[in-house]
Amino acid sequence: MIWNKARECEDLEKRQHRQLADLRELCFRVYDRVPFYKRKFDEAGIKPDDIKTLEDISKIPFTTKDDMRVTYPYGLLAVDESDIREIHTSSGTTGTPVVDAYTHSDMEMWGEVMARCLCMAGGGKEDVIQNAYGYGMFTGGLGVHYGAQTIGANVIPAASGNTKRQLMLMRDFKSTILTCTPSYALFMAEVAKEMGIDFKELPLKAGVFGAEPWSDTMRQEIEDKLNLQAFDIYGLTEIIGPGVSNECSEHHGLHVNEDFFYPEIINPETGEVLPPGEKGELVFTTLSKQGTPILRYRTRDITWLWRDQCSCGRNLIKMHRLLGRNDDMLILRGVNVFPSQIENVLLRIEETQPHYLIIVDRGDSHLDEVELQVEVEESFFSDETKALEKIRKKIHDELKQELGISVKIKLVEPKSIERSMGKAKRVIDKRKL
Amino acid sequence: MKVKQISVFLENKNGRLAEVTRLLGDNAINLRAVSIADTADFGILRLVCDQPDKARDLFQENNFTARITEVIGIIVEDKPGGLAKVMTILENNEVNIEYLYSSLMNQGEKAVEIFKVDNIDKALKILAENNIQTIGKF
Repeated sequence: MIWNKARECEDLEKRQHRQLADLRELCFRVYDRVPFYKRKFDEAGIKPDDIKTLEDISKIPFTTKDDMRVTYPYGLLAVDESDIREIHTSSGTTGTPVVDAYTHSDMEMWGEVMARCLCMAGGGKEDVIQNAYGYGMFTGGLGVHYGAQTIGANVIPAASGNTKRQLMLMRDFKSTILTCTPSYALFMAEVAKEMGIDFKELPLKAGVFGAEPWSDTMRQEIEDKLNLQAFDIYGLTEIIGPGVSNECSEHHGLHVNEDFFYPEIINPETGEVLPPGEKGELVFTTLSKQGTPILRYRTRDITWLWRDQCSCGRNLIKMHRLLGRNDDMLILRGVNVFPSQIENVLLRIEETQPHYLIIVDRGDSHLDEVELQVEVEESFFSDETKALEKIRKKIHDELKQELGISVKIKLVEPKSIERSMGKAKRVIDKRKL
Repeated sequence: MKVKQISVFLENKNGRLAEVTRLLGDNAINLRAVSIADTADFGILRLVCDQPDKARDLFQENNFTARITEVIGIIVEDKPGGLAKVMTILENNEVNIEYLYSSLMNQGEKAVEIFKVDNIDKALKILAENNIQTIGKF
């Protein structure tokens, strides 16, 4: 089923016509209401009225994650504070978060795009959607929740964790669609095996998995073990949360809800816009968002875009599953982590030096396992094991506070972490993504 | 008397201990007492030798994390109850023992035990008052 045939299958010319109208309205609006954007326009020597075609978007300066941080909390707000219905922030719990403020119409739009995504995965009113994304400031949980409510399905807000209960709910309430991170899906499969639950006997038919990178091999494994059809979903807090794009049953690319989120691919070095089919950095403009509209946001995600005659009937532009990132951000259990955050924690702890190595792997549990190797310095070395255990716990706890995830700390001998002349190698990622 | 003990950080991997002992041997440093405190991931080698400062420098030059701590070498009678006598004195005077281990040296009918205590000055005073001998130099 297609949730909004009028929009998702709309004549291309008509869609582009509306995209341009929305883009122009957006430019006038932010120029008028957001000093940050007015300054950007002025510095680039452009006026909103200079945007006369969709191609003119390339005249507008990019917005970066740093821009979003320095404008925290309300520097990008384009409405009165009293018009905000809900706030979400980026998944990392680091210092300054990225803010997404939603008005009433933004909430409706979010519900609409998520409803489209769930429909692409075969969802409808008769479905029981078990939502195992985290609820809270993270957009994953509530985003899926609103979409599920929009299509009129029964939502089980299980949130992440408590896997045994999760499986019990799945069995007893006959969940038909599971939404969670792909690694958590595989973890569930392991626990189900221990509990003697056979997925073949459950009515589960589809899974909508996202918030972390995954591979085709992983998809195959999930489909085999959970006996369902796996769909890739993409989204980011800066733009809306989940619901930016989703796979349809053809499983050949993710349809971008381009009538709301205008995508571009750019050369990350030069900023030049690349034609369809060429690989580069994904950039989004929120065409109709009211609370915190974003112009040309650089996602740092690498992919490409194309348009084809999709057998599902939708003609929404497609993006390839993410191919990587052009910064050093790691996605660990769905949480965005920058090595610099780890460095900051080590600098903050008086005794430690920022000599570290992060090793990421997926063990038997299929969840990301993160080990941080820290060199033992004279400054905190002791003849007593309890003193070293204490510092290890301190690093662990501070990191958990900073990143929101638990990292295994391994103390290593000094100089065992390779020093290099240029950029030190800080991350070894053994996951096959 | 206080004795200088060297502690060395060791990862749990093959050959590390052998390397430490070779380093000492090649540089004509004589070991007097050795013990290892081990955890799942790492170990702390504690040793007493005849040239502690030289040994510490040697370890540091060879990329080991090493440090000197002060401990006491207590001479105990090498017969049943010898250690118990010392322990009782320390216990009665509320000196806490962090760890202890035996040295490789015997002095006639006596043995030398290495003690790390929470208050070394107090411990030395009490031991002297009770006529318990401690070793000054190895």
